[in-house]
Amino acid sequence: MGSPVNRDDIARLATDFYSLLESFKQTPFYHLIFEIFLILTVLWLVCFRKPRPIAKKLTEKEKQELIDEWQPEPLVPPVDTNHPALNVRVLDGIVGKTIEIDGRKSLNFATFNFLNFVGNQRIADKAIQAVQKYGVGSCGPRGFYGTIDIHLELEERLARFFNFEEGIIYSYGFSTIASIIPAYSKRNDILFVDEGIHYAIQKGVEASRSTVKWFRHNDINDLERLLAEQDKHDKKNPKKASTIRRFLIIEGLYMNYGDICPLPRMVELKYKYKYRIFMDESVSFGTIGQTGRGVTEYHNVDRQKIDLISSTLEYSVGSIGGFAVGSSFVIDHQRLSAQGYCFSASLPPLLAAAAIEALNIMDEENSLLFETLMDKSKRLHKKLLDIKGYRVLGEDISPLKHLSLANSLNTIGRLEYIVEFAQTRDITITIARYLNDEHHLPEPSIRLILNVEMTDEELEFLCTVLQEALVKVTA
Amino acid sequence: MAKNSPKQKNKSYSNIGFNTPVPEHPSLNEVYEDTPFSEAFWTYLNYVILNIFGWFRDLLRNARIENRKGSAENNPPGFVPLYQSYESFYTRNVYQRIADCFNRPIGSVPGGTLDLLERVTDDYNWSFNFTGDKVKTINLGSYNYLGFANNSGQIAENVINSIKTSGVSAASAAQECGTLTQHRKLESLLAEFLGTEDAIAFGMGFATNALNIPTLVGKGCLILSDELNHTSLVLGSRLSGAVIKVYKHNDMIHLEKLLRDYIVSGQPRTHRPWRKILIIVEGVYSMEGSLCKLPELIELKKKYKAFLYLDEAHSIGAMGSRGRGVVDYWKCDVNDVDILMGTFTKSFAAAGGYIAGKKELIDHIRIASHAQTYAVSMSPPVVEQVISVLNLLIDENEEHEGRQKINQLAWNTHYFRQRLTKMGFIVYGHPHSPVVPALLYSPSKIAAFNREMLKRGVAVVTVGFPATPLVLGRVRFCLSASHTKEMLDEVLKHAEEVGDLLNMRKSKLNPKRPFHETEL
Repeated sequence: MGSPVNRDDIARLATDFYSLLESFKQTPFYHLIFEIFLILTVLWLVCFRKPRPIAKKLTEKEKQELIDEWQPEPLVPPVDTNHPALNVRVLDGIVGKTIEIDGRKSLNFATFNFLNFVGNQRIADKAIQAVQKYGVGSCGPRGFYGTIDIHLELEERLARFFNFEEGIIYSYGFSTIASIIPAYSKRNDILFVDEGIHYAIQKGVEASRSTVKWFRHNDINDLERLLAEQDKHDKKNPKKASTIRRFLIIEGLYMNYGDICPLPRMVELKYKYKYRIFMDESVSFGTIGQTGRGVTEYHNVDRQKIDLISSTLEYSVGSIGGFAVGSSFVIDHQRLSAQGYCFSASLPPLLAAAAIEALNIMDEENSLLFETLMDKSKRLHKKLLDIKGYRVLGEDISPLKHLSLANSLNTIGRLEYIVEFAQTRDITITIARYLNDEHHLPEPSIRLILNVEMTDEELEFLCTVLQEALVKVTA
Repeated sequence: MAKNSPKQKNKSYSNIGFNTPVPEHPSLNEVYEDTPFSEAFWTYLNYVILNIFGWFRDLLRNARIENRKGSAENNPPGFVPLYQSYESFYTRNVYQRIADCFNRPIGSVPGGTLDLLERVTDDYNWSFNFTGDKVKTINLGSYNYLGFANNSGQIAENVINSIKTSGVSAASAAQECGTLTQHRKLESLLAEFLGTEDAIAFGMGFATNALNIPTLVGKGCLILSDELNHTSLVLGSRLSGAVIKVYKHNDMIHLEKLLRDYIVSGQPRTHRPWRKILIIVEGVYSMEGSLCKLPELIELKKKYKAFLYLDEAHSIGAMGSRGRGVVDYWKCDVNDVDILMGTFTKSFAAAGGYIAGKKELIDHIRIASHAQTYAVSMSPPVVEQVISVLNLLIDENEEHEGRQKINQLAWNTHYFRQRLTKMGFIVYGHPHSPVVPALLYSPSKIAAFNREMLKRGVAVVTVGFPATPLVLGRVRFCLSASHTKEMLDEVLKHAEEVGDLLNMRKSKLNPKRPFHETEL
């Protein structure tokens, strides 16, 4: 039996209840409404809302069915056996001023042998000496006993040639610029890139994952427009802008077009808009300028204003590999961050020795070789324009020219015909090969390359053959 | 070449080398001992101290109390700084202290012995000067597995002839005017050596991966890549635009789980089925010394209809009783591997890379490869070196040089690994791989081991972060067929000394024993 409920308890309860009612009356009106609303919401959620369907998990059987059903594409797409890449000319012997195909000799206007160093006796002798001292391979990357004293010598010579503080060499021309750009430019940075750049540079730009702003080929006004736009954008958020690096990626002499970049104006804009210039001088090294030092010499621009010049040892120098020169501040970074340098075996010493000897020859010749080359290029240019019927792309002093037919006549088929015809007359020329995923695929063209040792008669002969081919192909 | 000729030193030991220790049933036995707690502790402490000193020194440099070493920007102020200061923190304060252990210039053939150019530093590794002397050392750092790095002999003669007849370069892309008869010869020999239908060669091993993976896979494809894959494979995968998923090193169960999950779920967001699935593995992993589990991989690949890309950079020539790589070692069918890739830098002592497989694959690569279209073709003397080595390796005669070298390497590997392990070092990797990593753990030991061994006339490669995980710094011995038993014994004795100095021989599985007790 519990304690009896006496009058006091009931009275107390009543007072509590009464005070509760009183407090209700005293609360603000909105508070009451709010509480009622909440209670109604809870009631609605509990009673009336439809339950969301739970995501169906696949059963093991269904998963196995999906796995069994899945069919991949074939590893490679069907191959066209008539593709020119599967039917290339196979050469024999030294690919110098003349080449030998199936026993016949023909004049070579197709390979990047600007200074005719391929097959040069002095260079071959030095390469042989290097094999007798070091063997062939370097058997290691630069960091792990792959640095041979001949590499250090080559780097120093290249830096001295360009009058820069330091140089760095790579073992493959394609990988040079493709490794350099990602070493400096990261995800948040901006690259201003000319549309007509070479594929290797495009790969470098892609690998960097930076924001890319393309400007029309050699169009300085378009570049200015892009720079001004970016500047306006920066002024809105100056704090963020101070963490974004900017680079201008250009070539000295464009491989795909044969024309020279407007460097002086680009250097002016550099100081106005505060970007760094990385110039790729693969084609212009050893071909343009009084002493072959490239576009900076040609335009008479202070070379120290360019942050980095990259180039290749595969064209005028006639060896294999690539290099970059610049101030120590810029170049030294690549020794730990450029992938193609750190994670790849170093250049075989015989190729480094060949490059050093080529530089020696270039130094000895000083200006004679290069002036001759520019002179002959000018004459060839004039002769080609005289043929009338070809479009000739490229500067007149450029030893690399692009030849194409006028307008709608310009198809790969016709150009192939011209190349084949020229071969029957013992002139070797080639169509410039591109892959379809180029950013800005150039028009089909024949890439004509002038060897400095070509005589006037040989140039005349070339033009005669081209004239005949033109007549045949437009008939 | 008579077996018992007293002319060359290693000839008298090659008799032992002919008992090839590669058993009929290849071993699956790889042992990775756990990191001892004390080592982990001291290593972390090491990094903490380095960091503290680093901050302190950076403070001094910023306050101009200490001279800022290294070069400075030559652009006027207003340009965004070229490097983030924290990126170079590690370089300035950790790497720079031990920079004398890396980038050592050599002045000779990178063979069994090496001539290092002696260099001294006045300012704590910021700059070096050459004294002009050369230090002769035993070379355990170069990738010269079969010992073909020579500057004399028949192969060198062939190379010299090739320079005379074909020059040093063709200066043109392979699709334009750069294909020479030697390139075709190399490719057909390579196909014969590997047992595939066709092969194609390139001028740089790194570029072979980076420029050709994008031609095989693209958007809408899946790449399953091993955790420890080389940078070139990672770069190639990234450039291709495919979705990349990483599985734990050599973990076939994880790989199968990923395969099942991703085939079922399809492409991200759209859930469309994948166009292709490519599994990328390496034959021998150069930092771990481990082998890929090829039979299981082939089984998985067949079960799930994926394609297999095998990068044999370190294993071609070095593994297998016939020197044909891991496929030969595991006795698998070479047609089961879709894409065989390798390099000529290591066992062939040349430069370059190759891809081998079915004819349609190679034809497609000839048409679509970045290297074939834009890059200059391989240098003829280098091609000649590879052709000469291939001719020796294809020759199955046990008396001839090719087989001798393969067997010598196998014997050296077996001998060195056994003795090193018995001496108490913690050694990683597969018992038959010629890459022998022994653990050092802390960055200071990395530097100390390197310098002490150099004092004793042995050139080794020691690596730390970021090439390896933070705590697992190691020394990596690369064995070669040009090492004689005496050279290996000398190295082991020195390693024993230095190991005691640095307190390295802490294996629990193989408690340390002195050198003379570990005779085989």
